[in-house]
Amino acid sequence: MLLIACPWCGPRDEAEFHYGPEAHHDHPADPALLSDEEWGRYLFFHDNTHGPRAERCCHSAGCRRWFHTVRDTAHHEILAVHRIGEPKPETA
Amino acid sequence: MSADARAADAVEHPEWLWHAAEPKKSYDVVIVGGGGHGLATAHYLARNHGITRVAVLEKGWLAGGNMARNTAIIRSNYLLDASAALYEHALKLWEGLAEDLDYPLLFSQRGVLNLAHSPQDVRDGVRRVEANALNGVDAEWLDAEQAREVCPILNISPEARYPVLGATYQPRAGIAKHDHVAWGLARSAAAAGVDLVENCEVTGIDVRAGRVTGVRTTRGVIAADRVALCAAGHSSRLAALAGFPLPLQSHPLQALVTELLEPVHPTVVMSNAVHAYVSQAHKGELVLGAGIDAYNAYTQRGAFHIVERQMAALLELFPLFARAHVLRAWAGVVDVSPDASPVIGHTPVEHLYVNCGWGTGGFKATPAAGWVLAHTLAHDTAHPLGAPFGLERFTTGALVDEHGAAAVAH
Amino acid sequence: MTSQPHRLPDRGRVDRARPLDFVFDGTPLTGYRGDTLASALLANGVHRTGRSVRLGRPRGIHTAGSEEPCALVQVESPFPEPLVPATTLELHEGLRASSLAGRGRLSPDQDPARYDTLHAHCDLLVVGAGPAGLAAALAAAHSGARVVLADEQPEPGGSLLGTGEYVDGLPGAVWAARARTEIEAAGARFLPRTTVSGYFDDNYLLAVERRTAHLGDLAPASVSRERVWRIRARRVLLATGAHERSLAFADNDRPGIMLAGAARAYLHRWGVLPGRRAVVLTTNDSAYAGAGELAAAGLDIAAVLDARPRPGRRAARAARAGLDVRAGQVVLGTGGEEHLSSVTAAVRGDADRTAQDLDADLLLVSGGWSPAVHLYSQSGGRLRFDEGLGAFLPAGSRQRVESAGAARGIGNLAGCLADGAAAGRRLVEAEGFPAGRTASYATEPEEAETPPVHLYVVPGRGGSGHARHFVDLARDVTVADLGRATRAGLRSVEHIKRHTTAGTGRDQGRTSALLTTGALAQLLGAEVGELGTTTFRAPYHPVSMAALAGRDRGRLFDPVRVTPLHAWHTAHGAAFENVGQWKRAWYYPREGEDMAAAVERECRAARTGVALMDASTLGKIDVQGPDAGVFLDRLYTNMMSTLKVGRIRYGVMCRADGMVFDDGTVLRAGPDRFLATTTTGNAAAVLDWMEQWLQTEWTDLRVRCTSVTDHWATLALVGPASRALLAGLAPDLAVDNDSFPFMSLRDAVVAGVRARVCRISFSGELAYEINVRSWEAPAVWESLYEAGRPLDLTPYGTETMHVLRAEKGYPIIGQDTDGTVTPQDLGMSWVVSKKKADFLGRRSHSRADTSRADRPQLVALLPADPHFLLPEGTQLVAEDTLPAERPVPMLGNVTSSYRSAALDRTFALALVKGGRERTGQLLYARTGEALVPVTVAHPVLYDPEGERRDG
Repeated sequence: MLLIACPWCGPRDEAEFHYGPEAHHDHPADPALLSDEEWGRYLFFHDNTHGPRAERCCHSAGCRRWFHTVRDTAHHEILAVHRIGEPKPETA
Repeated sequence: MSADARAADAVEHPEWLWHAAEPKKSYDVVIVGGGGHGLATAHYLARNHGITRVAVLEKGWLAGGNMARNTAIIRSNYLLDASAALYEHALKLWEGLAEDLDYPLLFSQRGVLNLAHSPQDVRDGVRRVEANALNGVDAEWLDAEQAREVCPILNISPEARYPVLGATYQPRAGIAKHDHVAWGLARSAAAAGVDLVENCEVTGIDVRAGRVTGVRTTRGVIAADRVALCAAGHSSRLAALAGFPLPLQSHPLQALVTELLEPVHPTVVMSNAVHAYVSQAHKGELVLGAGIDAYNAYTQRGAFHIVERQMAALLELFPLFARAHVLRAWAGVVDVSPDASPVIGHTPVEHLYVNCGWGTGGFKATPAAGWVLAHTLAHDTAHPLGAPFGLERFTTGALVDEHGAAAVAH
Repeated sequence: MTSQPHRLPDRGRVDRARPLDFVFDGTPLTGYRGDTLASALLANGVHRTGRSVRLGRPRGIHTAGSEEPCALVQVESPFPEPLVPATTLELHEGLRASSLAGRGRLSPDQDPARYDTLHAHCDLLVVGAGPAGLAAALAAAHSGARVVLADEQPEPGGSLLGTGEYVDGLPGAVWAARARTEIEAAGARFLPRTTVSGYFDDNYLLAVERRTAHLGDLAPASVSRERVWRIRARRVLLATGAHERSLAFADNDRPGIMLAGAARAYLHRWGVLPGRRAVVLTTNDSAYAGAGELAAAGLDIAAVLDARPRPGRRAARAARAGLDVRAGQVVLGTGGEEHLSSVTAAVRGDADRTAQDLDADLLLVSGGWSPAVHLYSQSGGRLRFDEGLGAFLPAGSRQRVESAGAARGIGNLAGCLADGAAAGRRLVEAEGFPAGRTASYATEPEEAETPPVHLYVVPGRGGSGHARHFVDLARDVTVADLGRATRAGLRSVEHIKRHTTAGTGRDQGRTSALLTTGALAQLLGAEVGELGTTTFRAPYHPVSMAALAGRDRGRLFDPVRVTPLHAWHTAHGAAFENVGQWKRAWYYPREGEDMAAAVERECRAARTGVALMDASTLGKIDVQGPDAGVFLDRLYTNMMSTLKVGRIRYGVMCRADGMVFDDGTVLRAGPDRFLATTTTGNAAAVLDWMEQWLQTEWTDLRVRCTSVTDHWATLALVGPASRALLAGLAPDLAVDNDSFPFMSLRDAVVAGVRARVCRISFSGELAYEINVRSWEAPAVWESLYEAGRPLDLTPYGTETMHVLRAEKGYPIIGQDTDGTVTPQDLGMSWVVSKKKADFLGRRSHSRADTSRADRPQLVALLPADPHFLLPEGTQLVAEDTLPAERPVPMLGNVTSSYRSAALDRTFALALVKGGRERTGQLLYARTGEALVPVTVAHPVLYDPEGERRDG
């Protein structure tokens, strides 16, 4: 049970949150311009990094706000949390 | 003590299994990943194709990944034609595997019940049973009372929060002893001349002019004409070394066992609706599994609230488990694909092949995965059973979507 | 039999004024309050507690604590529980227990106990209330920090309870009790009978408190039997002690062979001498104190065999006190049938010439101590092997955790007290709490320690095999088994564990792990440190499944959601179906009606008169903001921004992959305000979907979404007579078709209550959805019901709704679709905008697979026999006979199937490959062994011209 620091509510148990997909993998501006292969990349190929991974997270049982985390998939530790629109903090 | 339990405790492993090989400078085929699928690939390369200049590279101890961590359920009652064909091929191989390997695999065809808890579960179950029948997979639809006849400890009270409304039943399904399977395959491959190299992590994949030429490892550079990636949850990392992505997400999947108990549970019960599955292994411990953990992770540990929820679900189905004790919980790293089906076959790199994306269900496919991949390695062409599972489906959209119904109701 | 012949008259901490009767293996026996089952059995001279799991050898009590590998018994009453360590089972009146052969039994009866869960948050969690843990808690408790101290035993003291040592001039147990009082007075929480079993991320630990098991039949039903503590700690101190281990010599498993420290504990804590004449075998100093004390208490000690060639000062003192200390000697083997009767001693390395048989009914063994590093390892901590101590020790963790005392290899009382005090102080100060002066504690002086010898396997006589040299008593694993595994080529400790099953018993190898590794190192010619350990897994101590499930059982397994009208449905005999978490009225059977009859009657009422359904579970999302129209245009496949205020439009949503995700109506209540409805089961998912897009990618859109599902109740009034009925109850509402056309809404007063009335039809009939505030729904429903009596207003449930919509070919998302179906597959190209530049899923519709002609498409099926009801899920084939070989190509499957009163026949909906092109074709449905002919038809079977919706 991770302790996740919601940027709006503060640290809360993981059970209050909902993991979203990879962060910064945004919907293409004009999908019609993409080849089938490029569109397939958008739909099905997501970051699966071993190490720090930027992802979306929603405090679904709290403020219901989405935000971004950088979580290390090698040991679960959350290295950074930031609000949508804020620049991704340095985690190195 | 039951006959099963006695048999399990009386099992004698063969006098000789395999020796830890030193890696050679080059091989015809290098298989990355010494789990069940990698070992099965080596076994069938030798057996079906006579290819034995083969190395299986394992970064830790042989079959120490998901092969050592799964709940060992074997079944073939999948919905879609392509899946049913592949898993049924596996089940047929399972039925002869102990003899083939000359190893007691404790393969017990005790049947699997997949429970239905809602009218939509019932529709989905009947649909799958009917499809199974036409695909040559043994399957029956049972009402709740019939399900209890198969598994007398199952709680079918209509007062349950999500009552059992029925179940699909595959009598030929069952369980096997995973370590025995791995060791049997390893022994067979090693005896045929395959090098099983442990503590050998692949750190790079050499590609020249679009074609693989070998791998770099913690134990040196190894040249290879063909390379197969069989690394389950770590497949994405290996593909990245060769410069291409895979449509996979790696998640922890937890399992648990109880202490040894006198026989109470004669079959295997799975319930997707309450996210739990359980069997009683030969020695007597209950083997319990849950759904995957929500986050991506490469750790072999999961979050305990998942387990607590799973225990609650299991007690709904089996109130008599209340005072059984959980002895240990663990997790494997599973590679989840978008359509819950594997990715088998060619990659953008010539002579480099993948076998991954099996998610939570790879154990049951072990022999078929090895069979199909060995064919592809030997001939550089897709095996007919593997053809629907190529990477190109993520471009065309022709997924093999085994998620079934989206569990939406009006 | 004399009662308790092995009980000393004046020793131990049992309450001799409180005798307790209990039954073991059918024999009535007596013990005292304060006993464990093990101590009471030993007091009565009973050692043997079962047989071993593989070999069926007699086994007895080996330890005095939770690490017990052998004495695992079946509790028969008060309620059956499998494999409970006799060494921790607190004796209580009425206890009945039985010996086992390694496998326990579950009761078929319902466990009457309850279980629950608590959360705790603290600055410092101290695990273990032995000397180190108590000293740490004492140092921390006065600092103002929130301190929790948990211990598995009923009272504090840990090892002090069993050693008879003194602290500050007080007997250890008395000092511990005073320390507890002081700690609690300072505001800390002491949790007795609480085993910390899991150590997870972010210092989240799981402990199980056993609250009533020790009370037996007297356990109050109102108190939970076990309670799971979920503890979030800023700092954790593990003062978990160490486990003594045995040595692998021949026949080292007989009843009567126990760990030396355990015998000492039986003396001091329970006043029991577990034998008459003992041999002691040790590799280290720790056995001497107990040997001396046991001798003083009357145990005849035949010899102390010390494997060390020069045992040192403590041994010398013991010899001076009269013990026969034999330097450099070990045990070659033992004799006895059901119980130990003799021990063969010999000089180590010179067995055949020096062997000597000693009569003994007790053999006390100390093969060294293994720090309990299980939780440390679970935390993600690394371990290192200390060659001097011969033990794996903590060596750094990602988490904020430390170990103190014996858990990090400190072997004496003074050291443990000082180490604990320093750690307690350090940890709270790290959290900003000033700990003040650290206390120091006076203990009895001890001679300087002589280093232990690291010995694991003692060869038997004449180079005999090792088939009875046990390394793991719980799993019956011998040195010979390890040899078989290594000879088969295995090297990794993980492989050996799996090959031999060593360490997989109920004790998870607590007393056997290092012995196993030591023996293995000897076989492989390797170092113990390089072999390492197998992974330590949660739980540290077995946890009952019921404790983990807690209160989340039965009705509380998952919340039950009901509509405001639920009581009415119940009172009127509705049958309910689960739809997600909701209980929905399924149908309302009248006296003597089965489901089919009730549904037929309800359908007929809706098509010919007037009927009423509770549609409140439909998801409702209030979408507001200047960009709401743009937003909905991106989500839905069709255009929503052009919807006029006061109008309603049906819409479909796809995921980005182009597959139908949800459907429902969207109404426009104002220029900036829409209300979107969703399917019942998808309401939360659709809201999540909307919010994710708005908050993460479409952050420029000024839109807010709010779930109003529970705020509004929805009453669907359906049928040709619905207009008249509504008009009567809403006199100010113009209900004629021109004033109030299809797919429009009106705010009106209905039955005296403000309502939003929508002309929406999911049945094809003239219909109104009357939305009212949820708390006003029962009154409005009653008013409609009363006013409708003359018209025979009929309440109907979800099954009738399904039949009515299927007659009209309306799909149900999730029933007629399965996540692989596009709007085009459903024959709904009309709902997919050609004008919009994009919407979610649009690009996917032009991929190769989504545009092929033979995709499964939604059609209706008419069985040739109009009375034959196709089972839902039935598969369709092309030919009227099945070939023998499999697989047989399938053309599609039945997704919905009903008897239709309106059509006077059965019909079905199905997804059929290229189905629309097959209209009129004969296909075959495989039902059982029969092939039933069915005709493919257009999915709209009833009122295809749509003439009925306006009444």
